[in-house]
Amino acid sequence: MNCSDFLKELTDYLDGVIDADTKAELDEHLAWCHNCFVICNTTKQTIEIYRDSELYELPDDLRSRLRSAIVQKCQKQKAEAHPEPEAKNTKA
Amino acid sequence: MNTIQKLNEPVSDELALVRAAKNGDIGAFEELVKRYDRNVFRIAQHITQNREDAEDVVQDAFLKAYGNLTQFQEQSKFYTWLVRIAVNEALMKLRRRRPERMISLDEDVKTEEDSIPREVADWSPNPEQQYNQSELKQILSKTINGLPPSFRTVFVLRDVEGLSTEETAEALNLSIPAVKSRLLRARLQLRERLTKYFKRRDNGDGNK
Repeated sequence: MNCSDFLKELTDYLDGVIDADTKAELDEHLAWCHNCFVICNTTKQTIEIYRDSELYELPDDLRSRLRSAIVQKCQKQKAEAHPEPEAKNTKA
Repeated sequence: MNTIQKLNEPVSDELALVRAAKNGDIGAFEELVKRYDRNVFRIAQHITQNREDAEDVVQDAFLKAYGNLTQFQEQSKFYTWLVRIAVNEALMKLRRRRPERMISLDEDVKTEEDSIPREVADWSPNPEQQYNQSELKQILSKTINGLPPSFRTVFVLRDVEGLSTEETAEALNLSIPAVKSRLLRARLQLRERLTKYFKRRDNGDGNK
């Protein structure tokens, strides 16, 4: 296995979705190839940093504003789709 | 109520909400909004890179989902279906803002070379601690915004939002190999760019 073979498998390796034989080959490559070892580690850190970053969190006030707008529009949509309330079934 | 089924079938709670919403229960739909609004906002902001657009996308995506609930096929997850709607809405916003560029998730951006690692310096032990919270966010946001939209979107769905490869493929209407190839390239390009900020500096000149 050379470095470019290693890179091709990197995503499956990091996601842990790789068969045992390929994993053993990749582990062996990592044991002696410092560059791939560093690339593997820093790629893993890249994923973790983004996963933990809370980069675009929805602030509470905006969240409730958006939610009430959505609910209001859904109610409007529902009213337009069903103008007759079901309660009017009683024929006197 | 059949509680045993609930324990065995974690999806059923969501499906129950979807079915109630299909029958006109807006409260049930509001529950689904509460469950996923943060995710939709993050995805939208990552794609559009614009706060106002992301707010619009949250509203438009949920309204579209509500209006088309009867078309939702129950064999896939509601969340995956919702993400698909949200991604499309976000891409439309992006296209509107940048009409000069064709933006598509199908494009296989020719950046193969960008994915070949050049910078192999190791990072310092706690890279994120070299910067304060707002500096770090700025670095992360600038770096991910530099990726082509098709790479950015795959990375966000897979690595930030935690969708599986199959769910990402379904949400983006891409093949599984296409998702994997974009994800690898996105990860490698981000790594390369972040190395500039996070590499170990304690050896004087940095390079060994």
